[in-house]
Amino acid sequence: MNQLEERKYIIIGVFILVGLAFITRLFFIQVIDDSYKLDARNQSFRYNTEFPVRGYIYDRKHKLLVYNEAAYDLMVLPKEVKDIDTADFCNLLGITKDEFLKKMRKAILAPNSPRKESVFEKQISPQDYAKLQERLYRFRGFKVQSRTLRKYPMKIAAHLLGYIGEADKERTEIDPYYNEGDYIGISGMEKTYEKALRGKKGLHIMMVDVNNREKGSYKNGLYDTMAIPGKSLMSTLDADLQLYGEMLMHDKTGSVVAIEPSTGEILALVSSPSYDPNLLVGRARNKNFSKLYLDTVRVPLFNRATMASYPPGSTFKLVESLIGQQEGVLTTETKYPCSAGYAPLGGHPKCEVHPSPLALYDAIGYSCNSYFSYVFKSIIENKKYDNMYKAFEAWRNIALSFNIGRKTNSDLANELRGNIPSIKYYDRVFGKGSWKASTVISLGIGQAEMGITPLQNANVVTIIANKGWYYTPHIVKAIDGNANDTTLNRFKIKHNTAITDSVIYNNVREGMSHVTESGTAHLLKIEGVEYCAKTGTAENPHGRDHSVFVAFAPKDNPKIAIAVLVENAGWGASWAGPIATLMMEKYLNGKVVRKDLEKQMMDADLIDQPKYVKPKKKK
Amino acid sequence: MERNKRNSIFSDVDWVVVLLYLLLITMGWLNIYSAVYNEDHHVITDMTQKYGKQMLWIGTSLIIALIILIIDEKFYTAFAYIIYAVFLLACIAVPYLGREVKGSRSWFRFGDFGLQPAEFMKFATNLAIAKFLSNQFIKITDYRNTIITLIIIGIPFLAIKVLEDETGLAIVFSAFIFTLYREGLSVNYLLLGFLAIVLFILALMVNNIYLFIIIGSLCVIATLFIKRNAQNLFVVALIGLVACGMVKGTSTVYDHLEAHQKVRIDVLLGRGTVNLKKEGYNVNQAKIAIGSGGWTGKGYLNGTQTKYEFVPAQDTDFIFCTVGEEWGFVGSTVVIILELILIIKVIFMAERQRSPFSRIYGYGVASVLFFHLTINVGMTIGLAPVIGIPLPFFSYGGSSLWSFTILLFIFIKLDSHRLAILR
Repeated sequence: MNQLEERKYIIIGVFILVGLAFITRLFFIQVIDDSYKLDARNQSFRYNTEFPVRGYIYDRKHKLLVYNEAAYDLMVLPKEVKDIDTADFCNLLGITKDEFLKKMRKAILAPNSPRKESVFEKQISPQDYAKLQERLYRFRGFKVQSRTLRKYPMKIAAHLLGYIGEADKERTEIDPYYNEGDYIGISGMEKTYEKALRGKKGLHIMMVDVNNREKGSYKNGLYDTMAIPGKSLMSTLDADLQLYGEMLMHDKTGSVVAIEPSTGEILALVSSPSYDPNLLVGRARNKNFSKLYLDTVRVPLFNRATMASYPPGSTFKLVESLIGQQEGVLTTETKYPCSAGYAPLGGHPKCEVHPSPLALYDAIGYSCNSYFSYVFKSIIENKKYDNMYKAFEAWRNIALSFNIGRKTNSDLANELRGNIPSIKYYDRVFGKGSWKASTVISLGIGQAEMGITPLQNANVVTIIANKGWYYTPHIVKAIDGNANDTTLNRFKIKHNTAITDSVIYNNVREGMSHVTESGTAHLLKIEGVEYCAKTGTAENPHGRDHSVFVAFAPKDNPKIAIAVLVENAGWGASWAGPIATLMMEKYLNGKVVRKDLEKQMMDADLIDQPKYVKPKKKK
Repeated sequence: MERNKRNSIFSDVDWVVVLLYLLLITMGWLNIYSAVYNEDHHVITDMTQKYGKQMLWIGTSLIIALIILIIDEKFYTAFAYIIYAVFLLACIAVPYLGREVKGSRSWFRFGDFGLQPAEFMKFATNLAIAKFLSNQFIKITDYRNTIITLIIIGIPFLAIKVLEDETGLAIVFSAFIFTLYREGLSVNYLLLGFLAIVLFILALMVNNIYLFIIIGSLCVIATLFIKRNAQNLFVVALIGLVACGMVKGTSTVYDHLEAHQKVRIDVLLGRGTVNLKKEGYNVNQAKIAIGSGGWTGKGYLNGTQTKYEFVPAQDTDFIFCTVGEEWGFVGSTVVIILELILIIKVIFMAERQRSPFSRIYGYGVASVLFFHLTINVGMTIGLAPVIGIPLPFFSYGGSSLWSFTILLFIFIKLDSHRLAILR
């Protein structure tokens, strides 16, 4: 028996071994292996996102431009959908049974899944929501997620304000803040000021049971975050002026950019044809978007004010005048002949018939092509430089300092650079040393390869109005009521051009004054306001010339600088001029007395003309 | 006898074991409360909830324990076979007389409550084994007696397995192998059993051809180290043949298993692809619950995996998940150690008996408790196949708690008379 009693140690040993094995195993799965903790969180937590209210946008006088309207997405978790009265449900939503089944299939198939919540019906209106809310409890697996929709009470400034859309997969990979389907600014201010407008999403961690029923907040919300509402923006825009500009530009192709010279604030920015920004909101968004997108005749989604590059045309003659004086080859007394064209090159570029020879003021007043060809030639063949290349480079650098051929770095999303051709470019085209001033003479009158956006054009006028400096043009005045928000700091830096001598500017302004008194714009008077202007006709290789007009007013202490371009409308004084002066009149006087002109402009339909050809997108 | 008259029925009761018992059932009750916690019925004594009912089971268990201590210890020895016969009859009768509940035919129902005679068969069988083997003329080494003992164990096993189809409850009877081993069963039987388990697993995991080659090679190697006489060679050849037979038999046994049993074995051994949403769900969820507990757990009532029903049967067979999730590694280790202390304590108590009946019965108690602990905890952490048997003193359930209480307290009663005459 004694020997058998020894067996108790073996039995106890086996029991203890099993116990040790269990404890070791527990140590591995509980302490060492973290994957079970992750699995547990994934299963029993539901992360509910609280979407913040997107910031409102106001104009400079606190007029509401953009606000939000509540909308509701109907979400579905297909796994949970059981025993529902499909007919009743379809009736409630106003869909057919086929549509219901289609939507359910979509919610089940990849990238969705029966266990993943996805949108069943997007953006239900508050009225439909009220109807649905009462009876939703009867439809298990469906819930409503509130979202906000942008609303535009004045239906203006579509290009400026831009639109929002849903973040795609690519975006979520770049910026983990976004989940697929979150709203994100796609264009305009919505894009540039996305971070301020969007606010911050809140997160609520809920515990759920095996049937996906919510069981309360995890640790009483210890790890929850509240949504932070988006900040409001105060735009520099004058809504009334913008609206007026859009009315004037109605049924015309082109753009208007008006800037307050002393601040660089954009008062109005019209790109026509435009569209009602409300079209790109809500359930009809996709339908409307493709309609606008596919309208290749009017190209309404295209922001001409910042994305279209035109030859600057005659307005460049102003810059030319400034450079000539700065380089010491031009004074107000300098006279050049004109024989309906630039004689040294056999009458090219051509010019209108007018008195000859002219001094600077009259040359600006008559916008004489011959005169500015001579000026350009004198700048490029300036004796103070060893060779032509250095003179050309000096000319080009001064022009660049006027922000021509360079992005303005404004807060308008998507801006074109424009172009001033470089030495390198001409060397490539003509061969090194085998080109001279007369080869590229049309640069002198703002033609040839030169390109300028209407925004840059307005900025050039601003510089002349300011006599040599500018603030980067911008569209936002204050963020959340704070004009000193750090994101706006870059608009408070004063930029000086390469020409700072105010005498030089005064001479050009005198010339611009001549334009309105006796020159090309002498028929366009604004009651009680002296202003400076320059008409232009930008040669259009694709069709009728563009009508260009730049101006600032009043002459002393300018309050508004404006650049207007109407495509394929011919003379600057005939279309762009009236529109520009009407807008200045409206802005400065608060009312317009030239009702006939106003009516004529608003009623005119110039759209049935050869269109502007959109430049090919560089990839 | 003088001594017993002098003292109350509680003299010589081993209070350490009683305290361990009380500690474990209290911990079990608190864990059941947490596992099925219902905010609308947050009072632990709420009789509409399982924790309220468990309180009732605990209360009645204590009354039963008291009754057991009051009954004369000779009752258990004298009526061992009768008790065995009565409960065996109940086990056989229940599929015909009892009401079918959720596909199970092993319950007698009394209103809201049910009793499972199979649970009580454990102590009854233990009594019968003790009675049989304690006969001083019986030696288990005699193969006829071995067979009789196996029949005593085998009849209830078959009744429960075949008639009631309760594999889990039936398989518990294999725990008595420890008792038999202690009473002198040849170690060869244990080794044979062990070999059978190892070969069963290997046969499922490894290509059988390789196993035959390995077994053959081992036999050849064995002959190099032993005296090569006819008898030894015969033994080696026999072992080899038996081993090969087991391997061959494995597939036959496996094929005859029911689908859900095959799946449970596959899940345990990680054979083929385990679908965590279907056959692998239970074990995976149990592991997630326990694994997410970390060092010290999520805190009492803060478990999410168990309370929110990701883990199935979280209050009964998978109650250990609540322990693991809410009390972490520290808590689960404490529970395992407490259960083992109780079991080993029972072994030491068994060894101090003068009466073979008491000793054999004591070993039966330890064996049954150990078997439950091993399978129950083992399945939740993926070390044992999923067999639905309760964790002693922890799992919710009247029959199992009563059964464990009776099993243990008969031994406590017997132990309190350890100083009395030999039976």
